[in-house]
Parts: sequence; structure tokens; C-alpha cells
Amino acid sequence: MAEVGQQHPIKVYFLVWLLLFVFSAASYLVDILEFEGLLRWLLIIIFMMLKAGFIVAVFMHMKWERPTLITAILVPPLVLLVLMYLLAYEADYAWASRIVYFGGEVEPIPDSPPSHASAAH
Amino acid sequence: MAEAAQTGQGPLTTIVEDWSSDVTTFKAVPWGKAMMWIFLLSDTFIFTSFLVSYMAVRMTQTDAWPVPSEVFALEAFGYPVPLLLIAIMTFILITSSGTMAMAVNMGYRKRKVAVFWLMFATALLGASFVGMQAFEWSKLIMDEGVKAWQNPMGAKQFGSFFFMITGFHGLHVSAGVVYLLIVAIRVLRGRYDNTSFEIVEITGLYWHFVDLVWVFIFAFFYLW
Repeated sequence: MAEVGQQHPIKVYFLVWLLLFVFSAASYLVDILEFEGLLRWLLIIIFMMLKAGFIVAVFMHMKWERPTLITAILVPPLVLLVLMYLLAYEADYAWASRIVYFGGEVEPIPDSPPSHASAAH
Repeated sequence: MAEAAQTGQGPLTTIVEDWSSDVTTFKAVPWGKAMMWIFLLSDTFIFTSFLVSYMAVRMTQTDAWPVPSEVFALEAFGYPVPLLLIAIMTFILITSSGTMAMAVNMGYRKRKVAVFWLMFATALLGASFVGMQAFEWSKLIMDEGVKAWQNPMGAKQFGSFFFMITGFHGLHVSAGVVYLLIVAIRVLRGRYDNTSFEIVEITGLYWHFVDLVWVFIFAFFYLW
């Protein structure tokens, strides 16, 4: 059975289609219901990954491809996580430097009450 | 090789044997499809670089970042509904992904009239998405005064990143509409009758990728 094409029952597509609607509606609800903080970010990421996963696995047929193609396409983007990590890692430092040297919404340090002026400054 | 894969051979062995087989690496994958996947991989890097730089700027700038659900709210039934247009655009893009998946399925059943109409519907939905984006852009530019270099609501970079990321995505959608229409017309005129309908699947890969990118833009730009 050497089948070149990707032929699968229509039922699978309808199911994924429906799921994508449900997940999109759910992530929209996260905004409407005004979830905040960690819960909001967690829910956004979960629904996003579920949607992305179903699109790639079923609509783009990755689920039925050989492991060679799957790894060749899905492994390289992981290096982007390193880029993300590096930029997020020094973000606090960059933000703090901008506050100190360029000023911002936060009051400049000399103006703050003595009790707030720590030894670090 | 294909038989070996079915006799309980581990995925790692399959990968090593495929890469070292001294013939086509991606077995049972038409070259056009392999090339589309590699193009999409490079596109993934472009879009992720945009999104990561957006993250870096949003985390480090000291001005207030506008609240997306307020900026993109639309007046409906007398009160503002957050992200209304964006939600409609999201559902339109998902619907178009569904019609595209159906087109691919019909393609392998060689039902070319069905393929044509499903691809045509996909293109139509894609065009309406771009239309709504044009409306969103003009509202933001004319009414809110957001430009690529200025933003009355706070951080200037909001405008730069918004126009760059959604603009690049909109460009992909527009190109996809043209691509879909070309392939749909060729299918109807019988160009692929004697070969195979894998071109429909390749076009589908591109279209689903456009939908995939929107999933990330929706999460990181509009909801975050």
C-alpha cells in the first residue's frame, strides 16, 4: 500500500474545525471575562498551543508524515526559544537602565524619600 | 524502507536511515511539498523574530503600552465590545482554513469542481479578511492617530510593531488569495487531471500556515 497522497476521513477535519472555533471562542472569553495575571497568560498560551497543534497536526497533515520530515521542520524553530530567553533575561536590566538614565514614569531616584534610597544606589 | 518503518522500527532509526539513504531524504513526499515546508520553516523564523523583538521592546520600554482590548474595541449595540473586529477576523480565517482542508480532501478524490469552489470560497474569505484589516488600519490611523512613528496612547513602538507584524501577515494573506485563485482556475481547467492534485495540498499548507501565524499574533498582540 504505497499511498503518496494524504487522504483521510472528512470527519477528522470537521472535528478539528469545530475545535478551532471552540478554542478561539475560549481565548476570546479570557479577554471578555477580564482574567488577569498568571491565569490569563496561562490560558492564552494553552489555547494558542492547542490551536497551533491541531492546525499543524491535522490540517497540515504533520501527524501522518514520516518522522524525518516532522523533525526536520519542527526541531529547528526550537532555537528561537533561546533567542526569546536571552532577550527576556536581560529585559529587566534594560528597563531599569532606561528608567535611571533617561527617566520615565517612575520618579528619578534623588527625589525619592530617604527611606526608599537603598544601599544599592 | 517503507516496509522497515512498518515493522516496528523506532522513529530515530527511520530518521537516521532516511538521511543516510543516499537518495531522496523525504520519502513519499513530493518535492514541491518538501520545498513548501522548507519555505514555511524560513517564514516561521521571520515571524518569530518579529514577535520576539516585539516582546523585547514591550518588556523594556518605559512608556505605557496601550491596552489592546480597548484600542481595538468597536461600538456595537450602543456599547463598546472589546476586540470585536479581531474576533470576526479570527473566525473568518478559521473558516477559510476549514474550507481549504475540504478542498485538499476533495482534490485527492479527484472532484475538481468541488475543489474549485472550495478554493474559491477560501480565497473569498481571505479577501474579506484583508478588507477588514484595511478597515482596522484606517480606523487606527485616521481616528486614533496611531502611526508607525507616533502613538497618542503611549509607547510609540506600539504603532511600529502593529503595522509591521499585521502588515506582513496581511501581505501573506493577500499573496495567498492570488495563489489560491491561480491554482483553483488551473484545477478547473484540467491542468492536473493526468498528474496529481498534490498542488492543492501544497497550496493548503501555505494557507494553513497563514492561519497558524494569526493564532500567534492574536494571542501575543491582541490578547496579551
